[in-house]
Order: sequence, then structure tokens, then C-alpha cells
Amino acid sequence: MSDTHYTKTAHELGDDLRSGAVTATSLMESQLARIDDVDGKTQAYVEVWKNEALERAGVIDNELKQGNDPGPLAGIPIGLKDNLCTTIGTTTCASQILKGFESPYDATVVTKMKDAGGIFTGKLNMDEFAMGSSTENSSIQKTCNPWDLGRVPGGSSGGAAASVAAHEAVISIGSDTGGSIRQPAAFCGCVGLKPTYGRVSRFGVVAFASSLDQIGPFTKDVEDCALMMNVLSGQDPYDATSADIEVPDYRESLKQGVDGLTVGLPKEFYTDSLNDEMRGLIDKAVDVLKGQGANVVEVSLPHSDYGIAVYYIIATAEASANLARFDGVRYGFRHPDAKNVDEMYRMSKSEGYGQEVQRRIMLGTYVLSSGYYDAYYLKAQKVRALIRQDFDKAFEQCDVIVTPTTPTAAFEFGAKVDDPMEMYLNDIYTSTANLAGVPGISIPCGLTENKLPAGLQIIGKPFAEADLFRTAYAYEQNRGFDMGDAPVA
Amino acid sequence: MAKITTEDVEYVAGLAQLILDDDAKQRLVKEMGDILSYMDKLSELNTDDVEPMMHVLDITNVYREDVVGKSLTREQTLKNAPKHDDEFFLVPRILDAD
Repeated sequence: MSDTHYTKTAHELGDDLRSGAVTATSLMESQLARIDDVDGKTQAYVEVWKNEALERAGVIDNELKQGNDPGPLAGIPIGLKDNLCTTIGTTTCASQILKGFESPYDATVVTKMKDAGGIFTGKLNMDEFAMGSSTENSSIQKTCNPWDLGRVPGGSSGGAAASVAAHEAVISIGSDTGGSIRQPAAFCGCVGLKPTYGRVSRFGVVAFASSLDQIGPFTKDVEDCALMMNVLSGQDPYDATSADIEVPDYRESLKQGVDGLTVGLPKEFYTDSLNDEMRGLIDKAVDVLKGQGANVVEVSLPHSDYGIAVYYIIATAEASANLARFDGVRYGFRHPDAKNVDEMYRMSKSEGYGQEVQRRIMLGTYVLSSGYYDAYYLKAQKVRALIRQDFDKAFEQCDVIVTPTTPTAAFEFGAKVDDPMEMYLNDIYTSTANLAGVPGISIPCGLTENKLPAGLQIIGKPFAEADLFRTAYAYEQNRGFDMGDAPVA
Repeated sequence: MAKITTEDVEYVAGLAQLILDDDAKQRLVKEMGDILSYMDKLSELNTDDVEPMMHVLDITNVYREDVVGKSLTREQTLKNAPKHDDEFFLVPRILDAD
């Protein structure tokens, strides 16, 4: 029995577990040993649930032995971003204000994966409250990129991306408000999907910006991503924004190919701000799709340039409202020196929130405040409507839109922390999909000269995740190279 | 549009229930000023005839049957509270003793 089963994909492991080539227990033991070996370098995990994971693996093995089917994720080690509520361990959003918080319930996605036989390995690092693009805003630790430990893994789901890239989890789950799944997936060389707004229940994810947040998977390949979306998708009575729209079997779309599919390249994304090296890798990927029979056309998303401004107005406004709930009364940190209720609110928040979270609360409060609401918040909502119309028009000419996921590959620690605006511009290619509510996937499309992964983003029509899988799979199967493993050095 | 002054930062911090020291105030004057200047590019666009988009999904109200469901126990509800007496959340005194 191999000790490196954890390097396989979930669909390969599904076969191995069912045929008896590996047991869930031996798989989990090797997975936990791998975490022991490399997590000191990546620091992806904030909590590892060894005992619970091994106990669950024993249960799954018994089920398999008795000939029962424990579900499509039977025995698969899955890591969770620390903003997903779990009854095991703590849920802190990497914030001091939630230190030690033990959720009394599981997020719906957590319940769904558990019911499908998945086994949770632990909680993964993130930017505090998912606010950031490098995971440097975590109040707990610094997560390193497995491809180059001197560089950031991206963010805000940096731990989730690094864990899959370093084979510290077969699959992980993150959240994406403006690019927080796709950008770290691109930086770490994994597949990452932000579903259509409403596709996946958000019950039990700690809210950042409620009209933008979506939960989605990080995987090693496109097939695993489709497998995960079969499990995660669907309406949930606990989330009124989850849509009553049928969930197809996404795995069936994988092998449909792209012959006759029309791929749109938005001209606004292919400008001087995209560096030549990234541009070259994207061009090659588009050629692969062409070679598979896709038609390629130029499309226009004329309001793309306003995306970041709209995004940071709406996201901070919603965040300032959502984070008001951390008042030191029902849960979370309460400042011990507060002498009255007003002091309790002010001192607890000021001590409990880190710098970036405070900055965003300030901005959000400002754009919603009397006298500025119309100029910023209302204006942003209007331009948001124009951005959605851009996508609707573009999708009259094409089936999917293909862009780079990020303007550059992973950057070094500290490169952007002193300039919040420059950090915000990391979301330039990803945030418009959140504003429009459309799905987007990032898939590795090669390495730069510095041996850092680059990401290709495919954006689809609302609830057309199947088109993303079809396109991404056709590319992945025909790109003609293997990404290889991250060196974790 | 005029950018942010120290007084603006103090006013907004009051609304947001944050206590800022002088360094933080000065930093935010600059950072919020920079970020809001960037956001001012939206004023280039004429949006007089555009309906604001509140939400991307075409959902209005979602109803359910009015039946009692499962809810958390008092113990579960209180377990994360910084201070409680097994029955209520406890907070510092709101009104003066006299």
C-alpha cells in the first residue's frame, strides 16, 4: 500500500477506496503524516483535527466493509476555510474577536460534505474576515506559497489554496467575495471555482458582503471540482438567497468538448496592465481551446474598468453592516476593562479587529453615511447594474468568457501591505463576476519563468457551471503539459 | 470632491464604534482619501437613467410554512457568551445605579 495516496485526486481515490486498494484509515494516516511533514513550512492549517478525522475514517471503513456506499466523498480528506461554521473545533475567521468561538451548528455545506462521506482534516488560514488578497491579514499566522515559500499564497482563502497545492488536503473549501477563491487558486496552481450567486447555500459562512459572497471548492483537477459541485449545490431552506434551480450532474458535462462552443475574449482585459509573460500563457491556452474546435471572438465588457471602485464600495458597505454584530454580548471578545455598555462595544471592536478590517469598516460606514450615500453607495449600485448588463450583452455573442485570473503571478511578502489600493487592484479580473453574480473558475495554465503558476479564468452565464467544466476539462486534458507538484521549498 | 479630514475620520469612527489613536487617524486620513479618490472615477459615468441593482437574483420574498422547527438549546446559545448566568447574557450596567 502506497504512503502517498494523498497525492491523488478525489475521483481516483474514490475508485481505490471502493476496490479496497486503500482504506480510509490508511489514507487519513498518510494525509495527517503529510500535514505533520510540511505544514511547518506552509502554515496552511490553523487547526488540525487528527482524532476526529481518524475516528471518522474508521466509521467509513466499516461502512465500506459492510458493502454500504458512504457517498461520493467517502473517505476523502477535506480542509475547511476558517470562516465556515463547524461543530468540531473553533471558527475564528482568523480574527482575535472570534478567538475560541465554538459554533453550535454546522454550515450547510459542511453537513452536505459530511453526509457525502467526506472527512474534515481541520481549519485553514485566511485573511481576517476574508478581507485581503494575500492572507497577510490573518491575525494568527503567515501562510506561505508552496511553489515559493517567500511568496504569498494569495487570499483571502490562502490556507485553502496552499493546503491543496502542498497535498495537505485532497480538497478544500473556501469563499469568494471578490476573487478570494480564484486568485489564490491561480497563485497556488489549483483549480478553484466561485459558483453562481445562489448556487450554493451560504448558511453558516461568516458573512462578509452578503450580496457577493459564495462558497466554492479548491481541487487538484477539473473532474474533482465537478464532483464537489454535485455535492455542494442546491437550494437550502436556511439560506433565502439560495436558488430553486435544478442541479445537473456536473460530471456529465466534462466530456462534452468545446467543438462549436464560442469563447469570448473581452478586449478590456487584454491591455498593457497584463504583463507579457501572463499574456503569452493565456494566448497558448486559448490556442488549445481553438484546437479543440472552439470559436474565439472578441467581446467587450465596457465597464470593467469601474469594477474595483464599485466592488470596494459595495463590499465595505455590506461588511460594515455585517460586522456590527460583533458587539461582545453573545459571543466573541469582550474587553475586560469596559465599564459600561458603550465602552464594551467600542473597546471590544477596537481591540478585536485588525487594521484592514477596521479600514474597511471605516470606508463602508463612510460610503453609507448621510451626505455620501448617493455619491458612493447608490452610484456603485447603478454601475453594478451596468456591469451586469455588460455580461448579459457579451453572452449574446459567446458561451463563455476567458481571461487571466490575475495580472501577475504570486508576489513576495510585504510587497503590497503598505498600499491598500495596490492590494485591492489584485481583484481587477475577478471582482466583476461577483458583482454580476456569474460563475467563474480558475485553472492552472502553466508556469512563469520564476516557476510560479499562472491561472486562466473562465466565466459563464448564471447557473451555467456545466459550461465552465466543459471548457476547463477540454483545456486541462489537451494542454499538453503537467503542472507537476509544488516543491514546498 | 473634497477628501477626508481628521474630523471626518473622527466622525465616522464614532458611527462605527471604533476608538482610534492619533497615528491611526492620520493613517486613515491618507488611506481613505486615496481610496475614495480612486472611487471618484465612477462620477465619469452618467447613470441618471440606470436603476440601482440591489441584488443579482430575481428573488423577492421567500416564504416558509409557519411551523415550529428545531432551534438551539439555551445551553448552546449561551456557551460562547463572554458572560452569562446560565439564563441570560450579562452586560455591564446600562443605567446608573441611582
